[in-house]
Amino acid sequence: MSRHWRSWLLWGVLSAALAGVFAAGLTVDSAQGSSWRAEVRSLFLPGATSHGHYQIELKCNACHGAAFGGREALQEACVKCHGAELKAADDKHPKSKFTDPRNADRAALLDATQCVTCHVEHRPGITRFAGVTLSDDYCAICHRDIGKDRPTHQGLAFTTCASSGCHNFHDNRALYEDFLLKHAAEPALLEQPALPERNFAKVLEDLGSYPHDRYPVKPLGRDAIDAGSNLKAPAPVVDDWLATAHAKAGVNCSACHREKEPAGEHAWVERPSHKVCTTCHEPEVKGFLAGKHGMRLVQDLEPMRPALARLPMKHDAGDKPLTCIACHGAHRFDTRAAAVEGCLACHDDTHSRAFKASLHYALWQKESKGELPAGSGVSCTTCHMPRVSHRTPDDVTRILVQHNQNDTLRPNEKMIRSACLHCHGLQFSLDALAEPKLAAANFKGQPAKRIESIDMAKRAEARAEGSRRKAKDRGQGG
Amino acid sequence: MKPMNPLIRPLVAGGIALAALTAAAAEAPSGWSYKEIADALHAIMESDRTVYTRNVVNRLQNEEKVIKASEHWKDDKALPLPAQMFRYGAEMVAEKNAGFTYSLLSLWPVNKQNAAKTAVEKEGLEAVAKSGQPYYKEETLGGKKYYTAVYPDKAVAKACIACHNDHKDTPRRDFKMGDVMGGVVLRIPMK
Ligand code: HEC
Repeated sequence: MSRHWRSWLLWGVLSAALAGVFAAGLTVDSAQGSSWRAEVRSLFLPGATSHGHYQIELKCNACHGAAFGGREALQEACVKCHGAELKAADDKHPKSKFTDPRNADRAALLDATQCVTCHVEHRPGITRFAGVTLSDDYCAICHRDIGKDRPTHQGLAFTTCASSGCHNFHDNRALYEDFLLKHAAEPALLEQPALPERNFAKVLEDLGSYPHDRYPVKPLGRDAIDAGSNLKAPAPVVDDWLATAHAKAGVNCSACHREKEPAGEHAWVERPSHKVCTTCHEPEVKGFLAGKHGMRLVQDLEPMRPALARLPMKHDAGDKPLTCIACHGAHRFDTRAAAVEGCLACHDDTHSRAFKASLHYALWQKESKGELPAGSGVSCTTCHMPRVSHRTPDDVTRILVQHNQNDTLRPNEKMIRSACLHCHGLQFSLDALAEPKLAAANFKGQPAKRIESIDMAKRAEARAEGSRRKAKDRGQGG
Repeated sequence: MKPMNPLIRPLVAGGIALAALTAAAAEAPSGWSYKEIADALHAIMESDRTVYTRNVVNRLQNEEKVIKASEHWKDDKALPLPAQMFRYGAEMVAEKNAGFTYSLLSLWPVNKQNAAKTAVEKEGLEAVAKSGQPYYKEETLGGKKYYTAVYPDKAVAKACIACHNDHKDTPRRDFKMGDVMGGVVLRIPMK
């Protein structure tokens, strides 16, 4: 064999091997379970993924559609995960505003029919707060003349539109003018601060989706246990279970441990997944899957683990898989423990570490000891997984925990309605949320600056009152 | 060719007739002018809008005083405003890519986003305010040609003027019953 020929052979073999390696990284869906394949696949990332999506970045199809379907498929993927949230937030800039031909000139400058116009992924160099990749002056594209319509806005710099306490592009439910006025007179601390109470037990009877037939609501004792030989006696889990709302409401072992097989048979499952929880807690699980804790499960990836996180986490928590029981603890399901220790078992950033020195936590402890009434303490979840009102398909209003920790996280004014206003006035809430240092110290201290939004709304109202009076004097008006 | 089975014959004939009929039905709209289509669509919009304002808002808010209409109807547990009702419909139509778009605008808008933007909108709103009659014109927006119709939007109930004349952001406080308060602008893309 000539040397020439042998070099070609070597080149051929090496090229084929290299192509094989790349193909192995690309073809295996999400490159799950194989670390070298994941390494190879990550070489295809066009740039570091933002904090919003890094957890699922190796599942390329999650966003890029099956066969890299282009912009439309991309948009569809955004809406699939984020659409409902935007609708619920009364999105102030829905797509229809930009498809309307009368706005064609504006849409040509800012095509907000596509999420990626403002939120480009894989571009760490230009990615700013909340995944925005536009420069700061985007509001001015359409609203540069706002000072003409609103004298209160004259002379304001374009960099201030989205300042804390002013405007958000999507969600302004706590910032609109009449809301500011309605809450203008509130003191920093309300007279009767209290959280809404969860009402699951109260509305159980009305829930059509609840398995009443198999697990009628009635207290169960030790002798009612239906685990049979699957339970290796003596089991401490029985005592744990007996102390729960589950046992008091007739939720027997089989309710969670027997899953319906595709064939229709019910088989014993030693470690049930979050899917079993949806039987009774569907909206809660939905929230969990929509947030940072559960988003990998939706993509059929292995559960998130603290070791994979970008936020500072405790070292010894690294390998804990984040499923429902990571925070709720199987069999005990102690919601109070979940609400503080559930978080602090892993989270180790400044804000989290400051929590136990905060006034909020002091109230929480007092409530735990029974020194304060239920609903007066503040845990991590009071703000980050708030109790919200939820309408079920059979029109029952449930007060339940929003398990998507991201739902109200950014911009933080989204927390005002779901958390702050249960105890604080609006002015105080706006002021406190606008100070990053205060937030880092877990709100130990007082806000130093006054946000002007409410004052501006009052000035606008006073001006309108003047104009109403003038019209009346002229004998106008209906 | 074999003669057709007498039983099959009427079936085939029926099929051909049905096909011809459906074709005729599908063809019919092409016989419609842009103006006729616009007028027909507007007739629905105006009727629905009047029914909502008279039988829901005006009756429950102004006559029976049972419930208010409010811009923040969710927070205030109130009725959506007639203009909001109209806009939500328009947004839903846009989401469905129905092929045409419409909005409620005015020369004296409460919401400044409802002011005239294009030259045709301005001209049309001024024309309908003066004449009380519809106005039609072709216009080009974003490189596409549209048949644009503007219809007067009149104060058909006391609720209209009571609310607008008192609103914080209104630039005009002397609307009277029957006044043209603005206009419905309807656009059909032209082939
Ligand atoms: C309870 C208050 C209220 C009532 C009743 C009401 N409107 Fe309005 N109307 C508003 C508000 C607020 C807006 C601005 C809505 C928006 O954000 O687009 C508006 C918008 C409009 C607009 C678009 C231009 C603008 O001002 O922004 C027109 C035209 C209009 N209304 C006409 C009418 C007519 C005609 C009626 C009666 C059939 C009526 N309105 C009833 C409050 C009211």
